[in-house]
Amino acid sequence: MALLGLLEREPSHGYDLKRDYDAYFGRGKPLPFGQVYATLGRLARDGKVLVGEAEPGAGPDRKRYVITEQGVSEVEAWLHEPVAPEPHLQTVLFVKVVLALMSGRSAEGYLDRQRAAHLQRMRELTALKRTGGLVDALLADHGLFHLEADLRWLELTAARLDALAAAVRA
Amino acid sequence: MTAETAQTAGTAQTAGSAGTAARARSDAAGALIEARDVTLAFGPTPALRGASVTVRAGEILAVMGPSGSGKSTLLHCLAGILLPDSGEILLDGRRVDTMRENARSALRRDRFGFVFQFGQLVPELSAEENVALPLLLRGIPRAEALARARTWFTRLELGATRTRRCGELSGGQAQRVALARALVARPQVLFADEPTGALDSLTGEHVMDLLVAAAREQGTTVILVTHEPRVAAYADREIIVRDGTVTSYDLAPVPPAPVAS
Repeated sequence: MALLGLLEREPSHGYDLKRDYDAYFGRGKPLPFGQVYATLGRLARDGKVLVGEAEPGAGPDRKRYVITEQGVSEVEAWLHEPVAPEPHLQTVLFVKVVLALMSGRSAEGYLDRQRAAHLQRMRELTALKRTGGLVDALLADHGLFHLEADLRWLELTAARLDALAAAVRA
Repeated sequence: MTAETAQTAGTAQTAGSAGTAARARSDAAGALIEARDVTLAFGPTPALRGASVTVRAGEILAVMGPSGSGKSTLLHCLAGILLPDSGEILLDGRRVDTMRENARSALRRDRFGFVFQFGQLVPELSAEENVALPLLLRGIPRAEALARARTWFTRLELGATRTRRCGELSGGQAQRVALARALVARPQVLFADEPTGALDSLTGEHVMDLLVAAAREQGTTVILVTHEPRVAAYADREIIVRDGTVTSYDLAPVPPAPVAS
């Protein structure tokens, strides 16, 4: 959907879309070319993009892609819809705490180490925010707020460990 | 021995503390301030029960922990404001807790800066007079003190507020003026107790940005008490105070992960 959204700006080559995707959304995880063309192929099959004639010149792909009306309404609808809130209770953090308590181990040390790891990551994101541009800052903030939510959960869990241990060992 | 510690040693002798013995026991590896096994109770309520921490010169240390855990009490002990019931507080290896009150107050005036959550500025004075206050208290002539204070208004992006009375400033502006006042005399250590606690998150982060930049530039060591992880993330490392004792984790660097999931 991100590719379709990028394509809505202007007709583009696959390479341009990949480059912009990596720049804005990739964050060290570049999109493989294969995935770009597979996605564009699927979008063309579903009538959301049109594929232009191959243009003369060098390079692996000289085809230009154009978004269709259907593609535009799809992007519009997608941008309108809120994302389903993630059920955080199923995260690995929760599983580790419960498994530790079930097996009679202490979860306190794990919670402390996890808190330290979270704060370390928050320091890295804060540094990125202070040195990078506005786009970096917005992405870093997104990560920071999520990590902060986890941390609040870790604090609350640490405060409730005895009761939780009694519940899962019952 | 640096000029700074030589000067400290001299002051220690005039202050009549057991400086030499304490210095011999201090960590040589960059330790600036230490608390060793500090206990302190307010009446029947223990606030600190054997708290120990070493703060290295030039670092920014976050002191975290739940409400009532003893983090502010620890800060006040490290700053020589509160005296422990037992244990030791050292600055450059010199006992602070055994100093006389006038020596401790000279230390706070000459080597420490303070910034709190709110209520620290004199509302009747202009912003620049507030910033100049620590210099005036040190006997620096008024014109020079004000000139030095003014340089901070550009640094902390406070240009337009210089001559305004502090009662008329917004929360974020007042906190930046308080920060300028805490740093104007180039303190060796800045003690910050919930410095962004009364601000919204964007304004708070602006204040933290400026605090960190100014502290790094001057080489000021910062001890930052906060319960907010986002504020603590501006520090180099954190300690957690829980039930009056200190937990700290020196982690191996976590492998970098992509920002967006």
